[in-house]
Amino acid sequence: MIPYIPNTEEDQKEMLKEIGAESIEALFCAIPQNLRLKTDLNLPSSLSEMELVNELKGLSKKNAHLDEYVSFLGAGSYDHFIPALLDHLSGRSEFYTSYTPYQAEASQGMLQATYEYQSLICQLFQMDICNASLYDGATALAEAVILAHKVNHGKEVLVVKSVHPESRQVLTTYIKKTLGLSIMEIDCQNGVTDLAQLKEKISNDTSCVIVQNPNFFGCLEEVKKIEEITHQSGSLYIVSVDPISLGLLVPPGEYNADMAVGEGQALGSKLNFGGPYLGIFTSKKKFLRKIPGRIVGETIDKEGKRGFVLTLQTREQHIRRERATSNICTNQALNALRAVIYLSTLGEKGLPKVAELCLQKSHYAARRIYQIPGFEPTFTSPFFKEFAVKCPIPPNKINKLLWDNKILGGFELSRLYPQLQNSLLFCVTEKRTRGDIDRLIRLLEGMV
Amino acid sequence: MREPLIFEKSREDRRGYSLPECDVGRKGVEKLIPGNYLRQGRLGLPQVSEPDVVRHFVRLSQQNIGIDTNFYPLGSCTMKYNPKVNEDIAQLPGFTRIHPYQPEVSVQGTLQLLHQMEILLCELSGMDRVSLQPAAGAHGELTSLMMIKAYYENKKEERDTILIPDSAHGTNAASSNFCGFRIIEIKSNESGVIDLDDLKDKMSQKVAALMLTIPNTLGLFEPGILQIARIVHNKEGFLYLDGANLNALLGIVRPSDLGIDIMHFNLHKTFSTPHGGGGPGSGPVGVKRTLAAYLPVPTVEKNSKGYYLDYNRARSIGKVRSFYGNIGVIIRAYCYLRSLGKEGLKKISYNAVLNANYLMQRLKNYFYLPYDQPCMHEFVLSGKDGEMKEVRTLDIAKRLLDFGFHPPTIYFPLIVKEALMIEPTETECKETLDAFASAMIEIRKEIEENPSAVKEAPHNLSIGRLDEVKASRQLKLRW
Amino acid sequence: MYPKSLKYSQSHEWVKVDKDIATVGITDFATKQLTDLVYVELPSLEGRVSKGSSFGAVESVKAVSDLCSPVSGKIIKVNEKLSMQPEIINQDPYGEGWMIKVKIEDQTELDTLMDSEEYEELVKKEK
Repeated sequence: MIPYIPNTEEDQKEMLKEIGAESIEALFCAIPQNLRLKTDLNLPSSLSEMELVNELKGLSKKNAHLDEYVSFLGAGSYDHFIPALLDHLSGRSEFYTSYTPYQAEASQGMLQATYEYQSLICQLFQMDICNASLYDGATALAEAVILAHKVNHGKEVLVVKSVHPESRQVLTTYIKKTLGLSIMEIDCQNGVTDLAQLKEKISNDTSCVIVQNPNFFGCLEEVKKIEEITHQSGSLYIVSVDPISLGLLVPPGEYNADMAVGEGQALGSKLNFGGPYLGIFTSKKKFLRKIPGRIVGETIDKEGKRGFVLTLQTREQHIRRERATSNICTNQALNALRAVIYLSTLGEKGLPKVAELCLQKSHYAARRIYQIPGFEPTFTSPFFKEFAVKCPIPPNKINKLLWDNKILGGFELSRLYPQLQNSLLFCVTEKRTRGDIDRLIRLLEGMV
Repeated sequence: MREPLIFEKSREDRRGYSLPECDVGRKGVEKLIPGNYLRQGRLGLPQVSEPDVVRHFVRLSQQNIGIDTNFYPLGSCTMKYNPKVNEDIAQLPGFTRIHPYQPEVSVQGTLQLLHQMEILLCELSGMDRVSLQPAAGAHGELTSLMMIKAYYENKKEERDTILIPDSAHGTNAASSNFCGFRIIEIKSNESGVIDLDDLKDKMSQKVAALMLTIPNTLGLFEPGILQIARIVHNKEGFLYLDGANLNALLGIVRPSDLGIDIMHFNLHKTFSTPHGGGGPGSGPVGVKRTLAAYLPVPTVEKNSKGYYLDYNRARSIGKVRSFYGNIGVIIRAYCYLRSLGKEGLKKISYNAVLNANYLMQRLKNYFYLPYDQPCMHEFVLSGKDGEMKEVRTLDIAKRLLDFGFHPPTIYFPLIVKEALMIEPTETECKETLDAFASAMIEIRKEIEENPSAVKEAPHNLSIGRLDEVKASRQLKLRW
Repeated sequence: MYPKSLKYSQSHEWVKVDKDIATVGITDFATKQLTDLVYVELPSLEGRVSKGSSFGAVESVKAVSDLCSPVSGKIIKVNEKLSMQPEIINQDPYGEGWMIKVKIEDQTELDTLMDSEEYEELVKKEK
């Protein structure tokens, strides 16, 4: 018996009688007999709640998780502190068991929260408009590039190699398969965009220039100089940012980004082995009618009370079909809700504090590591919470030893950057204590 | 009482966070980062206390209805009960506190779950391989169309067209266009299903695929499915299944037996994962062997040492998102499938179809039913039969809110004027269906006797009918 | 009920002909079908339109409708006021709600358009 299906045999009989059908089977009369399954599917038998919990707990225990290991790994997925109230509030089932708020009067909670999300992100990014979310940072970036092409019909996309490799891979899949644009990659110098090369490669055919700040190596890009080069050639400027960093760093609106996107996981979503995450999408106002995804707007009811509705829906697939600005329908609303709650809780003073803790601790860790003989910085550009270290011994050996001591080590850059053979990318968030960092240092010291 | 915006609750120096002091030697920020990189001035975020935050969002939640509070018969969305145990399991730290770049040996539990989930979806659909990566149904469509495009490119065949029925979800057309295909619409016949002659006329060597929803958005099974498959396959096109309506078919029919070559599933519909107020969802893609080489990377594979992520797939379309998918959603759907087991699957579709037919029977004498025949998991009424006194479907929807029901999907499918698309799902009891039917019948009477009560609804909520025209004309999209 | 002085297209645009200048808008029937208009997209002045092809779009909250030109020619005037106040189209479709003025290239194109009686027949069928 499945507890999720209330109909009893008696109910079924009564309902069939009302319908005038002999059996439930008879209701499937439209499906030709020869197409129907003759036997049960080869699936496991049903599990009771207790059996299910035991089995899944067993599976979860085969994973080593970060309550047991101390993490110095980031690379696009960050172990930031999540206040306890987040699970409680986003766990309200009035929120999470609702659908997309098509019926505004029944969905004011989610609509207002999404409006607040748009407002908070606009504020943090200093951008004009923000949508209700996209799938993740990588697809948000791809959508931004598609929008840029729609606006200026440029045939070429310039992307710096310090943009997250996964984002660049997604971008390649998306725009090669859809628009047939060419993607040119710009090299890095000392961990940041090679400006001379950018100037050389940019042309009238360049639709947009894409940078990430802080970039994949943790370094800060010269975002204002890149802006000048980009706009001088008439191209659009797309920046991908870490929202936590904006507690300290100049926001994209202030350096005239046309579109700013980001992976919003750090704003209160768990690591979740890579998903669900949050695709943040913002742009200048002039692109409003071309942007992808849902948008919530303010209005009033017939008595003049303020309320919120989905608006500008004529851009979307359910109305404009093949001429929609994007095919997106379901987004990441619950992750956006977590981001609003996170930003409301941290607020004006908390977010800068989180950002500064990341900055101080990562710089402390870097200073200590570079004091160990043989370890040196891969790059010397300024960084925020991640930094690459050139190691005297193979990074995989270091990580193995750290792992044996319950530490999740840095990202082995050679996995995605073959020329960076001996480098580990470490991440230090506000969650790491001095004790954690000192233990890391002692272990590294013991290896040389 | 309307809840103010969080910004309006802000007071200088209130705070909702508790963070430790810096425990490493603190240096001046400008010493670590040159000043020109630093933000100047205020962020403009609110300052509120922890109890303020809690009360704010709890109050907002109270202005939102979900499946846990109300019947939610939103057609094509399969708003069924979301089991609580699945929520708890998905929140185990072994699942949530793992990093996507952890060593594979340290995440064998999740990799095993993903591997088994693929096997389960293959078994119930008859597909040969499944990618769990797409984040939503439309993302699954896009992934599939990219694979189809890559397949023909590899074969050096030029196929630039996708066929889509006029009753299809908007995403089908949007995804096809996004992927650079031309779209040709296939007409529905007077029975509401594919017009085979029209399909024959439009099928050609230029057509890459026909995208079908089965049962279609009218809740009708395609009786000519085998002929449809033959017409498409004779010209070597692919038959694509939009799996949004799979709830009617679980354990009854396998898509592969209908001739389907490629499809997406909606885990947030058929497999009971909560919709989160708009997401996250999950839209895995299943394919027959011919297309398996094109699946996005990575796939989850198993060898003698255990489970691993395979990036070494030469013909793959590449990555369609970062990392590996909406894992938290997949875990919940896996739990659901394991709870049901082979015994439970069929009961899902049996009761979903029974509930829909029962409700249709209760309502068809009161509202116009354009396609009067047994339905599958949903049915479509029309709010237009000439005597509705200028009451529109939108008004009926808003009036239903007063009776404590979330309205059905309205104005879709497009081929029915003033459509009301009703999908009760299997998790509702007869009493709820009866109460909903009574409310609808009551509203039908009101339309005769007091149409303004309907036209001005809702009356009993904390907010009245919202002015969407104003929202569009005087755009206000942020605080 | 549809002005006798105008000519009509199958896609519910009206044309007022003054020598070689055609003024184009959409009919009262079209605006009622679409309900309250919230956005209108009109072409730029230098452009030209050709008969039957789209020269813009009107949007309500829940629908988009292409505007199809009933005649071919150069656009000599665009009703800029509509972009800020699309509701004018609902209020006065045949007057203030006009959309573009076109210099007619081929007078014979007008022959294929309907007169008000023929148009009324069309509307009856579509209702």
